[in-house]
Amino acid sequence: MRVTHWLTFIAFVALLVTGGEIVISHPRFYWGEVGNVNTKPLFVIPIPSSRSTVPTGYNYEMPDENGWSRALHFEAAWVAVLAGLVYGIYGLWSGHFRKDLIPARRDWNWPAYRDRIAKYLRRAPPDRVEERSYNVLQRTAYVVVIFVLFPLMIWTGLAMSPSFTAAFPATAALLGGRQSARTIHFFVSGLLLLFLFVHVAMVALSGFRSRMRAMITGYTRDAEEAP
Amino acid sequence: MKSPMEPSKNPITRRRLIRGGVAAVAGVAGLAAADRLARRYGLIPPDGAGIYGPGETLTYACQRLLTKNTPAREFSRSMISKNPFANAVAPPNDAFKRLAAGGFRDWRLVVDGTVAHPMSLSLADLTGLGLHSQITEVACEEGWSYIAEWIGTPLSGVLREAGVLPQTRYVVYTSIEEGMWGSIDMQDAGDPHTLLTMGMNDGDLPVGFGGPLRLRLPRQLGYKSVKYVNRITATDNIKKFGSGKGSVDPDYGYSWYAGI
Repeated sequence: MRVTHWLTFIAFVALLVTGGEIVISHPRFYWGEVGNVNTKPLFVIPIPSSRSTVPTGYNYEMPDENGWSRALHFEAAWVAVLAGLVYGIYGLWSGHFRKDLIPARRDWNWPAYRDRIAKYLRRAPPDRVEERSYNVLQRTAYVVVIFVLFPLMIWTGLAMSPSFTAAFPATAALLGGRQSARTIHFFVSGLLLLFLFVHVAMVALSGFRSRMRAMITGYTRDAEEAP
Repeated sequence: MKSPMEPSKNPITRRRLIRGGVAAVAGVAGLAAADRLARRYGLIPPDGAGIYGPGETLTYACQRLLTKNTPAREFSRSMISKNPFANAVAPPNDAFKRLAAGGFRDWRLVVDGTVAHPMSLSLADLTGLGLHSQITEVACEEGWSYIAEWIGTPLSGVLREAGVLPQTRYVVYTSIEEGMWGSIDMQDAGDPHTLLTMGMNDGDLPVGFGGPLRLRLPRQLGYKSVKYVNRITATDNIKKFGSGKGSVDPDYGYSWYAGI
């Protein structure tokens, strides 16, 4: 379980860096099936490009790093997908999703979320239950990342593959086309990056060393945390 | 006071050690068996070695199995791009300029290698083999794309004429442009959408888009569709070509297989 977390972390960082590299070769985004420098973009990231054919307004061309970026992107994607598969099977089999991740029925309401947000804002320490398990906000964030954002990343990624869409045309068609898939892929990677920031910030706020130890070894040393 | 470490719940016992050992041996044996099977069924790409080899191989093997009988996506006529984008190409060499001056009447496609009847075909010969048209998308690895109608003769027809020998495993295609070449496996070579393209959107294929002759492979990214093709070589040993990785692309860090 913890091994899959860290494998996914390494893969995610690799995917993020290489994905950014690939975007640099065409920092324009479109909606629909097709899009190129002769069509109207949905939006443009105002950075120089690694290709001279892309008009960016900069008189500067970035180095082309697409070759290894693409190779590493797909290899890291395989690591993430295989780790996710192991995690998913184990999570279902062990009841981890049901016990630890799906918010309790009584928390499926706005006051539960509001109370927890207020608690974060007051920087109130976790209560006894929360010390040992996730609170409703954590659960919701994890469920969204694991069951919505990561699957959406895989789907939109595959929808850009000319070979995969030959076998399953609906993967691209349902999203509105190949360029829509690329645009969604970009936005969801942004949401995942946002999650990473908040996740790491929360770990840091709750005591970086003790949390890291828990995340790596699986054990907490309660006595040491007491003053 | 510092409390002692929580006692480990997972002491290393003899049983655990044996179980781990058996699992490791089974894992290695399983990988070795998978490797043999993959080799047997041609699921390892020519550039399937090195640090990115596992990723390349997994992608290629999975997509090969998935696309066995599925052609590329085709689109309606109304979806043809009004302003298709021709990517930058190197300035034409003298040989190309000479042929262009003659209206490409002397352009020849040489077909050789592991074939029963090596051939040299003019564009008119290729047209005579029967024209097909398809409306498919060009997707560049950079991220952009466009849709066009492509007219040409399927590579499979040319290979049938030449009588490809049974030991053939790859078809190498070479451009008149210095150093530009690629190769495909027999599944792609036999795909009816793999087109020796001479026309685009009701006209001759413009030079900017690879005219007079481009090998279009709509199930792979644009860079596999080499422009200005003048030679097709069937082979049973891809290692003999270039640096042995199946195309010029791995020399620049790009994958031989571009289905993703």
